[in-house]
Amino acid sequence: MEPILEIKNLNYVYSAGTPFEHKALENVSFRVNRGEFIGIIGHTGSGKSTLMQQLNGLLKPSSGSVILDGQDIWSDKKLTRQARFRVGLVFQYPEYQLFEETVYRDIAFGPKNMGLSQEEVDRRVREAAACVGLTEKQLEVSPFDLSGGQKRRVAIAGVIAMEPEVLILDEPTAGLDPMGRAEILGNIEAYRKSRNATVMMVSHSMEDVARLTDRLLVMNGSHLVMDGTPAEVFVHAQELLDMGLNIPQVTQVFLHLKQMGLDVPNVYTIDQAVDVLKRLKGGAAVC
Amino acid sequence: MLKDITLGQFFPGNSVIHRLDPRTKLIVLIVYIVALFLAQSWISYGLLFLFLAVAIKVSTIPLKTIVRGLKPLVMILIFTGVLNLFFTKEGPTLVSFWGLSITLGGVQRALLMMARILMLITCTFLLTYTTSPIALTDGLESLMGPLKKIKVPVHELSMMMCIALRFIPTLIEETDKIMNAQKARGADFENGSLMDRAKALIPILVPLFVSAFRRADELATAMECRCYQGGEGRTKMKLLRYHRNDLAAFTIGAVLMAGVLALGSFGL
Repeated sequence: MEPILEIKNLNYVYSAGTPFEHKALENVSFRVNRGEFIGIIGHTGSGKSTLMQQLNGLLKPSSGSVILDGQDIWSDKKLTRQARFRVGLVFQYPEYQLFEETVYRDIAFGPKNMGLSQEEVDRRVREAAACVGLTEKQLEVSPFDLSGGQKRRVAIAGVIAMEPEVLILDEPTAGLDPMGRAEILGNIEAYRKSRNATVMMVSHSMEDVARLTDRLLVMNGSHLVMDGTPAEVFVHAQELLDMGLNIPQVTQVFLHLKQMGLDVPNVYTIDQAVDVLKRLKGGAAVC
Repeated sequence: MLKDITLGQFFPGNSVIHRLDPRTKLIVLIVYIVALFLAQSWISYGLLFLFLAVAIKVSTIPLKTIVRGLKPLVMILIFTGVLNLFFTKEGPTLVSFWGLSITLGGVQRALLMMARILMLITCTFLLTYTTSPIALTDGLESLMGPLKKIKVPVHELSMMMCIALRFIPTLIEETDKIMNAQKARGADFENGSLMDRAKALIPILVPLFVSAFRRADELATAMECRCYQGGEGRTKMKLLRYHRNDLAAFTIGAVLMAGVLALGSFGL
């Protein structure tokens, strides 16, 4: 299958030629397939955020290429602009970008910039709002009157309304309460399923990425150091800890059980743990 | 585009100039600016330029950075140059067209004025590049100290300046973030008519103001939590002290001033 995104030997240097020169990305390469849910994990300053801004053409790579659907996004100005719409990017704390008088108009900002017809914009705004669980009534209020979690959902709807094929989110649940987190993650998953879209999500919650994603990219010191399924990545528990990252708590528990001599597989979600425990309880008298 | 704004930015370093007392730097800067306005001839300008060039070299600030900071001033420079070029009537006429004439004196004057502006800006840049905002306001507060006697709120003024300087880079960064977020939603700041571009600023300015107010509010709360209540009875952890290098800097400044005055008295 043709990958939707392909990143080849990407390098990026910030403030080249000044005392603040800083290599943010070094020789990063990977492919993204359609419909995948990818988690990106890494220590603060490991280059995650820079990488995300490369994928929709906000930052121009110092060298290397970003190929969207077979075409280099920097080969033509039109393609760069298209990449902005085809790859939707939700920044950290996106609620600080809201500016319109009503929620409706704020969500419509993206689709309007795409030059769509009035009816199409309207359809998209309503669909996106429904997708993130905003009511019709809320569409007509000022975004500044909403609560933090609701503002965040408006901001995400603003990107979803562009109906991007790839949706990238930078820590979409940062600073939210458990309920808000669950809702936003549910919204993202719903969008992915309804459009067969690709989702890439930066997160510091190992539990979330283990549960939701098909594949994990691990960034460390501006390099891409691991690329594999959560099961493959979380096997390297010690390496992850050395990078200042973590593994899901349930994985830690099971690694500990293994060290204590119990014959258990590596587990990284609660559901798996439940299965394993049930099997153990039914089969043997270990517990 | 925003990266070009280096006003108020501080480039950490450990050069002789970085280590000078901020008061010394401020005083020498003022002396230098006065000298710049007293200088009338190419020789005195040469002397002042030499001083500036040496200072830049010593400060280890890359020339590129300074040039980048000067970029936004190109329009003012051209404007000043053109005005002086056409409206100075001195010496032999070189060319004349459309009722305008360019005289030798005009050319000289235009060049001198442009050099003056360039050097003026560069030397102030050198001050902010090599002095942290905190040191700078400490220095200002100390220099303005005597004004307290006539009820000027010196401490409050310097605190305001400190906060303002401190927040320039923060707000630039914030603007950059908001711009990126709106660009990700397809906002276009580079194309379209003047009206379109002005309108395109709304999605940046509204969130920027909202966040500036939020920050101001948070900062005020944080300051109150630490019992800040103005300058009354407040002591400093780092007291400013003059060192030997400061004496040297004052001497150099004085010699420079004397040189410019002496050259001036000879009509040079």
